[in-house]
Amino acid sequence: MQESFINYARFRYLWLALILLLGSIVAYFWHEPFEGPNGGSWLGYTLGTIGALLIIWLTFFGYRKRTYNNTMGNVRGWLSAHVYLGTSLIVIATLHTGFQFGWNIHTVAYVLMMIVILSGFFGVYTYLRYPTLMTRNRQDTSRQAMLDEIAELDEECLKLADQLSPKIHQIVVRSVQNTRLGGGVWSQLTSHDATATALEQTKNMLEEMEASGGERQATAEMPTMFAMVDFLAGAGGEESEKLRNLLDLLGRKKALASRVAKDIQYQALMEIWLYFHVPITFALLGALTAHVVSVFFYW
Amino acid sequence: MAEFFKVAVVGSGPAGLSAAAHAAEKGVSHVLLEAEAHLSNTIFRYQKGKHVMAEPDVLPLRSPLKFDAGSREEVLGAWDKGIKETKTNVFYKNEVTGIQKEGDRFRISIKGGAEIEAEAVVLGIGLQGNLRKLGTEGEDLPFVQYQLDDPDEYEGETIVVVGAGDAAIENAVSLSGHNTVIIVNRRDEFARAKDGNNQAILKAIDDGRIECYYNSNVDRVEAYPDGSEKPGKIVLNTDEGQAEIDCDRIIARLGAIPPRRFVESTGIEFPNKDPSSVPAISPKYESNVPGMYIIGALGGYPLIKQAMNQGYEVIEFIEGNDVEPADEPLLRDKFKEMPGFTTVHDALVKVQNNVPLLAPITELQLREFMLDSDVRTPAKGDVIFARNDYTNTFFSIVEGSVDIVVDEASGKTITLGAGEFFGEMSLISGRRRSATVLAGQGCVLIETPRRSMNKLINSVDAVKRVIDEAFILRAIQQRFAPDTPAERLQGVVSTAKLESFRAGDILFEEGDDGDCLHLVRVGSLTISRNIGGRDVVLSYVPAGNYVGEMALLGDNKRSATAKAAVNTETIRLDGEAFKELLRHEGELRLRLQAEYRQRAAANLRMEATPEGGDVISFLVSQGVGEATDILLIDEALCVRCDNCEKACAETHGGTSRLNREAGPTYATVHVPTSCRHCEHPHCMKECPPDAIHRAPNGEVFIADNCIGCGNCERNCPYGVIHMAKKAPKKPGLLQWLLFGRGPGPGEDKSATGSGEKKAVKCDMCKGIAGGPACVRTCPTGAAIRISPEDLSSYATSKA
Repeated sequence: MQESFINYARFRYLWLALILLLGSIVAYFWHEPFEGPNGGSWLGYTLGTIGALLIIWLTFFGYRKRTYNNTMGNVRGWLSAHVYLGTSLIVIATLHTGFQFGWNIHTVAYVLMMIVILSGFFGVYTYLRYPTLMTRNRQDTSRQAMLDEIAELDEECLKLADQLSPKIHQIVVRSVQNTRLGGGVWSQLTSHDATATALEQTKNMLEEMEASGGERQATAEMPTMFAMVDFLAGAGGEESEKLRNLLDLLGRKKALASRVAKDIQYQALMEIWLYFHVPITFALLGALTAHVVSVFFYW
Repeated sequence: MAEFFKVAVVGSGPAGLSAAAHAAEKGVSHVLLEAEAHLSNTIFRYQKGKHVMAEPDVLPLRSPLKFDAGSREEVLGAWDKGIKETKTNVFYKNEVTGIQKEGDRFRISIKGGAEIEAEAVVLGIGLQGNLRKLGTEGEDLPFVQYQLDDPDEYEGETIVVVGAGDAAIENAVSLSGHNTVIIVNRRDEFARAKDGNNQAILKAIDDGRIECYYNSNVDRVEAYPDGSEKPGKIVLNTDEGQAEIDCDRIIARLGAIPPRRFVESTGIEFPNKDPSSVPAISPKYESNVPGMYIIGALGGYPLIKQAMNQGYEVIEFIEGNDVEPADEPLLRDKFKEMPGFTTVHDALVKVQNNVPLLAPITELQLREFMLDSDVRTPAKGDVIFARNDYTNTFFSIVEGSVDIVVDEASGKTITLGAGEFFGEMSLISGRRRSATVLAGQGCVLIETPRRSMNKLINSVDAVKRVIDEAFILRAIQQRFAPDTPAERLQGVVSTAKLESFRAGDILFEEGDDGDCLHLVRVGSLTISRNIGGRDVVLSYVPAGNYVGEMALLGDNKRSATAKAAVNTETIRLDGEAFKELLRHEGELRLRLQAEYRQRAAANLRMEATPEGGDVISFLVSQGVGEATDILLIDEALCVRCDNCEKACAETHGGTSRLNREAGPTYATVHVPTSCRHCEHPHCMKECPPDAIHRAPNGEVFIADNCIGCGNCERNCPYGVIHMAKKAPKKPGLLQWLLFGRGPGPGEDKSATGSGEKKAVKCDMCKGIAGGPACVRTCPTGAAIRISPEDLSSYATSKA
């Protein structure tokens, strides 16, 4: 079985984290400070120091990951430790607070830390779930190959539409122009693409044409469509065949475009959490510094 | 009255130039006759900026003129300068039309009527002055040319390239960027070309960039009247009748032939009628006409450095001096460690007397062979190479003996004496050393690098035969019967045969009668069975292992199909002879039976999870069959962060040698575009400066002496080599992390880089502790490297 960051070295860091947790919990219940559990007792200081050092070390991962010549362990092991020890921070820090929360800088640091950890959980979730989905969605081709195929399909559609009529050509041109994959954060995350509209319009047109059998049925909303249908009805089966071809092409394009959009979505999901995880870490470091400094200054 | 010189040198190629300059240097009365207005026309007409090689590397240059590998311009510049400095007497635009011997003098006629007299004539006219023409009507029309100086000169033209050699292909491919190119090949394939060029042209034809007329020859060329759209047309005879192509230009690259008519008119004789044959010359370069010397390509020495050395030597010979060959000091240096060394000649004779393998080659071949090789005199007990090293040099024992450790545990050894050789296993199979070899008493060895040894094996049949025979015996001995004396194996060895299979060929099929056993010596096999109408791959057999023993041990029918995964060579052991051996060797029988049981069990497991077999089939189809170490990515774990690529770029001067996303995927197994470190690396073929090597741990890497010719890039079937300039230096990581300076980690695709383009490929991070950076820096553990031995278990784990 290939070793991942989850089962690295037979869960070495999971065990380490569990030992750390167990130790902290036992110490917490065994230790009965005079004023009740709080950050100011010797255990509170100990847990706080462990927690602060852990936070700094966890932050260091971003640096370690990029020091490619560094041969101290491998990044997989570091990530494994990062995940498990980072998780243990929930308990260690909570015990450190002695469950004393309030509207102050200390609690701000605590809350920021929890956000960082929870965003990390989301990261782990995406790392475990999306790679497989992404591979399945790609169906053995690459994103570039799909994009190339879309461009080819666009060209074919235009060629076909050109033979049909200026109006259809216009619809297809609009569809080509509107095919924007990726884009802003939101459209990446929601896997949005615009091919559907053109497909819908063309489909309507064909249905209209077949239903009406060429008879004019005035509908105020779709004058262009009617002009088309009218035109096609007079022209006979060949145009209808081409229109059907166009539909097929648009359908294929739609399928591809939505696969690309999905691909982008998965990738975006695997990355987006870092945009919370990392900046909030720095906010946390700030709050943590303030917390430590204030504790020592305003004893 | 004709002007008189002691020496007249005809032709200012490398050989003639060097001769004339040396004469000038020595104060010998001389003249250098050159038909053109510039020196060295052949090299002058090279493509602009073409890199000129200075092979053989180790041979020292003996000439008053400088010559180093470099661009055409640098080389010519150095010669022009040298000719001026030595005050060499050059007559430009003096085309020699005839040479006649009159008494003890030569009378040389110059085009235009002038005459020159000389005591000795040195012919250095080469071959390129006599390019082979189309030989049809219209061959001299203005739009027909036989050279191409600068492919970028032409744009938007329709150009017909005639020829199927390297020059034709290189021209066609370089022109195809901006022109419509049609290539005309007399045959149905480009067999004469180097592998790299062959692949380049086939790919260009496949891609539709070049159109090819196979089995076609030129009937005639016709010009159109002035004012036509195209200057003319070429008419071809093809399989389907005549074809006419309107074109702007015809470039015929049909090679060059000795200017035989001219040479023969001077009285020089050729050994036979073959138009490509060159005249016979004495060891002092003198032809059958006394006083007439031939040097350079016309004398059969096509390399520039050799020709320049000849130029120097020929003047010494004419002056009555004896000079030792240029390689003499080098060889003396190599042999001086050898006990009892006196002269190079004696040492060479001793080598040939002592080593039967090297006896059939000529002294000239042996000299060249020795130039590449090293003489080693290890002390008793020294390790010559260790088991599992990835070296692939070849050793011949001139004196003394060596001990081969056949059994690491017991320390049991076999002794090889003088005249024998070793190291052929790794040389042939491209795999790790199969045993440790220790030096014995008074050991003198010749160590020869892979390339030189392969050259010898391929050019001298006798050498190949001897090595193959030894290989068969030793492979059998090592694999089956390390304790059995060679005589007892005679029956098996004498009936053993080498067989080769192309990728996809079937060695034997399920249900066939089992009459033999195959020991894989090069390449690899897959074993499959037909289960429910579908081929299920059961296992993968890398070189060094055997197949087919099941039918010999048990029932007589083949239980599975064996198929070559890549081009494969096996030693076929005759079934009867092998069974005979088994009858006497009870221990061997038991061992084989144990292995047999293990295999049968493994096959059963695989049959239960046929998906594993599919993974093997997929990987084999991706060329894993010839890999020694391949990067695989588990896409169920890969988060597409490209940290592997970034790590690769950061640890290798800013250029990634890995393309994660490219390459096929099966189930979740992804084969990225990255070097597999093939057993017999395709890239090593035709590397002009011999810059591609295999490190002791198996990494195939490109050394700094790469000249950027691109042969390896073309030869690699997996597209893992590319040409890149040196990336510019970036601000440090912290600078980027904290202040956002520079492009950040990974390859900066927008950077232009500096210097020459050189080939880059994966070197498995051989200089870096901790193993390949791609694997080490993968945060999720998706990237792993496996070797073929692990393939089956890997495949099962992915099923």
